[in-house]
Amino acid sequence: MKMIQGVQIDLISADRLERLTSLEKVRLILEKVMEGNVVVLEKGLSADEQSLLIETTMREITPDGFAGIEMETYSGGSSESHKGGGLFGGIFGKKESPGRLTVIGPANQMKTLKKDKDLISAWVSSR
Amino acid sequence: MSFLVRTKQKFSRLFKGLFKKKQMRIGIYGPPNAGKTTLSNRIVRDWTGDAVGPVSEIPHETRRARRKEGVTISDEGGNSVTIDIVDTPGVTTKIDYKEFLEYGIDSDEAVVRAREATEGVAEAMHWLREDIDGVIYMLDSTQDPFVQVNIMLIGIIESRELPVIIVANKTDLPDASPSRIKSAFPQHPVISISGLEGTNVEELYEKMIEYFG
Ligand SMILES: Nc1nc2c(ncn2[C@@H]2O[C@H](COP(=O)(O)OP(=O)(O)O)[C@@H](O)[C@H]2O)c(=O)[nH]1
Ligand SMILES: [Mg+2]
Repeated sequence: MKMIQGVQIDLISADRLERLTSLEKVRLILEKVMEGNVVVLEKGLSADEQSLLIETTMREITPDGFAGIEMETYSGGSSESHKGGGLFGGIFGKKESPGRLTVIGPANQMKTLKKDKDLISAWVSSR
Repeated sequence: MSFLVRTKQKFSRLFKGLFKKKQMRIGIYGPPNAGKTTLSNRIVRDWTGDAVGPVSEIPHETRRARRKEGVTISDEGGNSVTIDIVDTPGVTTKIDYKEFLEYGIDSDEAVVRAREATEGVAEAMHWLREDIDGVIYMLDSTQDPFVQVNIMLIGIIESRELPVIIVANKTDLPDASPSRIKSAFPQHPVISISGLEGTNVEELYEKMIEYFG
């Protein structure tokens, strides 16, 4: 296949994300990012999913291969993440509010990733 | 084996279990080079006389988490807390072995270091979900605290409802700005220290007794 220079952007809808388990979400994101794509999630990841994403990212890093991820998100905010969740939210694990719009890309191609109050800018180089 | 002996063993196991439970496992988290190992060495040295691990200006010198068990911190009022200190590698979402080359490390060694670092970070993240009871989150107060990894990690710690003390380190440096850290994380106690010089660590010890006790 002739390669066209450029970067593929994958926008994953909240609907699709809702149907996936945490592990499936993390696998899907990393699969795309490891291909060199930038992934935009309509609805962000929960705190546990974020920590799972970091852990799994670390396990996938190889010398001269995948070097990890860059990520920016509008999180639910700490006060919001406790709202209605509380102790029981913690125990049953499902109540915490997931972050909002999230951008994740391959670290070696995302030269800058900046977040403002209402704008996330990514500068991505093709491989 | 007599009934009495067995019962005794059962009880001692039970007590050990209780004791273990009471001993909080405190993870020192934060970005690379914030001064986590310097602080954990100081805590361990101040209260037990030993050390935890080597300090270095090379990022990811601590590639595997190190722990020191049963460190008792006490104050003059007779309050104390016994904790296990876990010094973790810096939390990051990316590691490139080429970074190590800049420090004069050859590429074979750099690849090994990078591999160890990735395993160490994965482990530290895993523990945060499984067996950490409290967190000291360390930041270099000469650096911008508003970076995604910090916000994300604090969010993860909050969602686990773990008690967290934020340490604004390196206050001995001229461009240190602990107030920037305080405004970034107003929901948590922020203690300004110089882990290197030991300035204000007493306040941190007090807070640890209060928060983790
Ligand atoms: N000026 C200053 N340097 C510090 C302080 N704490 C640690 N450092 C230095 O920062 C570098 C990284 O320290 P280290 O404890 O290895 O950081 P870690 O990666 O978070 O474990 C070393 O060169 C330390 O000497 C501090 O309070 N003030
Ligand atoms: Mg260290």
